[in-house]
Amino acid sequence: MSAIIEAKNLVFRYQENEEDGTPKKQEIPVLKDVSLSIEKGSFTAILGHNGSGKSTFAKHINAILVPDEGKVYVDGMDTADEENLFAIRQKAGMVFQNPDNQIVATIVEEDVAFAPENLGVAPDEIRRRVDDALKAVKMYDYRSHAPTQLSGGQKQRVAIAGVIAMQPDCIILDEPTAMLDPQGRQEVMDTIRRLNRKKGITVVLITHYMEEAALADRIVVIDDGRVLLDDVPKKVFAQVETLQRVGLDVPQVTELAHLLRQEGIEIEKDIISAEECVAALEALLEKNRK
Amino acid sequence: MVKPLSILETEELTYTYSTGTPFEKTAVDHVNLKIEKNCMVGVIGHTGSGKSTLMQHFNGLLRPTSGRVLLDGEDIWADKKKLRDVRFRVGLVFQYPEYQLFEETVWKDIAFGPKNMGLSDAEIRTRVLETAEMIGLEEELLERSPFALSGGQKRRAAIAGVMAMRPEILILDEPCAGLDPKGRNHLLRQICDYQKKTKSTVMLVSHSMEDAAAYTEKLLVMNQAKLFCYDDTPAVFRRTEELCSMGLRIPQIAGVMHTLRQKGYDLPEDIYTVEQARDAVLSLLRKGGGAAC
Amino acid sequence: MLKDITLGQYFPIDSVLHRMDPRFKIIETMLFIVLLFMGSSFWILALGAVFVLLARQLSNIPMKMIWKSVKPILHILAVTAVLNLLFIDDGDVLFQWKLLKVTEGGITTSLFMMIRIVLLIIGSSLLTYTTSPILLTDAIESLLSPLKRVKFPVHEMAMMMSIALRFIPTLLEETDKIMSAQKARGATLDNGKLTERAKALIPILIPLFVSAFRRAEELATAMECRCYRGGEGRTRLRTLKAAPRDYIGFAVCLLFLAAAAVLNILL
Repeated sequence: MSAIIEAKNLVFRYQENEEDGTPKKQEIPVLKDVSLSIEKGSFTAILGHNGSGKSTFAKHINAILVPDEGKVYVDGMDTADEENLFAIRQKAGMVFQNPDNQIVATIVEEDVAFAPENLGVAPDEIRRRVDDALKAVKMYDYRSHAPTQLSGGQKQRVAIAGVIAMQPDCIILDEPTAMLDPQGRQEVMDTIRRLNRKKGITVVLITHYMEEAALADRIVVIDDGRVLLDDVPKKVFAQVETLQRVGLDVPQVTELAHLLRQEGIEIEKDIISAEECVAALEALLEKNRK
Repeated sequence: MVKPLSILETEELTYTYSTGTPFEKTAVDHVNLKIEKNCMVGVIGHTGSGKSTLMQHFNGLLRPTSGRVLLDGEDIWADKKKLRDVRFRVGLVFQYPEYQLFEETVWKDIAFGPKNMGLSDAEIRTRVLETAEMIGLEEELLERSPFALSGGQKRRAAIAGVMAMRPEILILDEPCAGLDPKGRNHLLRQICDYQKKTKSTVMLVSHSMEDAAAYTEKLLVMNQAKLFCYDDTPAVFRRTEELCSMGLRIPQIAGVMHTLRQKGYDLPEDIYTVEQARDAVLSLLRKGGGAAC
Repeated sequence: MLKDITLGQYFPIDSVLHRMDPRFKIIETMLFIVLLFMGSSFWILALGAVFVLLARQLSNIPMKMIWKSVKPILHILAVTAVLNLLFIDDGDVLFQWKLLKVTEGGITTSLFMMIRIVLLIIGSSLLTYTTSPILLTDAIESLLSPLKRVKFPVHEMAMMMSIALRFIPTLLEETDKIMSAQKARGATLDNGKLTERAKALIPILIPLFVSAFRRAEELATAMECRCYRGGEGRTRLRTLKAAPRDYIGFAVCLLFLAAAAVLNILL
């Protein structure tokens, strides 16, 4: 497999305005030397607390921000090169946190058509793409609804469809579930997983919900502008103390195993799902009885 | 045992939206409740279960279609002129409260409510400072513009604006929405401290069963416009199956314990935090840990 | 509640008039207004009335809705009628009391004006009842497109209109929420002197503006991410296409206009 996103020694500082209005770069960078490569077709979660730099990183993939130092390549294209701007945005679509503030049109299907319209796609082809995208997020039946009639989870699925209609290779989702209720979160997560598994779309999910990160193939923990951990979920969650130190949670079952180990009980370190936990505890209790 | 004093009661409280149109919908259906003084209450239920509508009745923002809301035994709608006092006595913090900040400084914004109450400057001063400390806003931040604060600080400033009115009941609608795990736990702990210090009643509306389990004494569960139950937190979590059938997610750990219990292991029924689970497993292991069957 | 306000007055049913090309409907409405102002004969108004009745028939809009569109202007109508009645001094005096007198000319003029305004309102309401705001925007963009040659920002205007349509319900809902939240802090919004009331709006307006700007910024980023770069080279999912019924409708409309012109010359 080849890399679709490649960050090399990425450094970024936000710009501040001085009192007299002259722009000045902040002293301390938000991203300090991030190197990361993301494989085509993979599902990667980027975890970190608020202010860790995870969203800033996401904005680099889409060329909303360009690096102060280092490089970011999307499918081999340098994001710092203005020429590549639209090609990059079409390759790597972005979904934001607030579903209300990314829906442009007053009718669902019109909104999904927005990107292809911008790209100058022929009307028949737009129709086909819109229908496909809406079916892919299971919102086809709502195609002529007004966005205000939809729930948060449905709006976010429409936003995802709006990106899918560009036929991207990769979708970056910046905390897409932070403003949703549990049901909305479930809908969005199911949609993301389906797109990844069935359509082979590369997914980069920025989140601070552990249960969501646990669904990914790989978790990258960013803290203080650097990559702190980068591994499969089981290995990452096993580092309970490191995660708690940087303000992150682990699933309750992982924490239980951790607490039991502290008491000297021998139980697996890498428990991340309820089923695994039940099995491990059962084995433990059975062994104890004999 | 002495029966605890109730501060807020509802009698057959019912609220219907858009009466007489095709969109007519009963959002709150004959709810009878008695909320105690000095209590940490969690409010849970699906989106659309009626919990937010119910909360807006407690401080008179919505008027019941039928039934009554009693504050300290008095119908809050008996005298409309007193309604404003009711709002000072029952504070309501909406979801994403940082979007209501408007003053030039954080100090002035926190003082907005107390000022509307007609308190003296000295009293307002004490309240602003006390509240800021309780919610974890440093004094130097108080002179800044609320729009210059970080997300978490804005949230705190907005909550402080309601806390500073020292309501007898403080209702918070999803106070942690959008915060990261660290910010979340931190804020919840501060809200608990506030409750203990002021001995008031705090009602925490939340989608997170984990938070409800860890921080509340009593739980109010709404389901399809009706009150499903209002009871001590452990007692509510004992009804695992009913909660699940309503589509509410119980804490992951409670689910694991429930499955093990069904497999015949002798674990107590009311485990819903990680620490409780650890202790239960340890004690079972010490007993020789066997299956009950 | 604020969010219950419906935007525009689109009446979503299916009818011939609903299905007609919005561009034609706009032009026809304009021609109809021209017709109403072509002369001072009641015959012209009668022609206009026939046209409106015909359009109503094709639109399936219930009479109740037509009445609803006229109702809000009734008091304005009454005032203009009274003014015309009292101040037009033309023809026989029918009634006099001190300085006030009512003349025959006054009565005919006020009657004429009233009917003309009512027809005008009903005619334009039929346009908005049968055309969704989004289609209206599209049609205006299309009709104004020749102005692009003189560098008039037609696409930008239309985009602004449709974004406004999209966000008005959202912002209304938000206003509702902010009002409730400030009321919960003891803000009084509905009593006091005018100056006090104006002051009481500050806690509502500031958060509303702040939020609107934040939304605007986020929306702008989201639009850029979806490759928005203005109207240049942009295609549309839905293109307006004229059907035979649109040409027939237009011909009928022209016939009415011609009839009015003939009447005007003959009378």
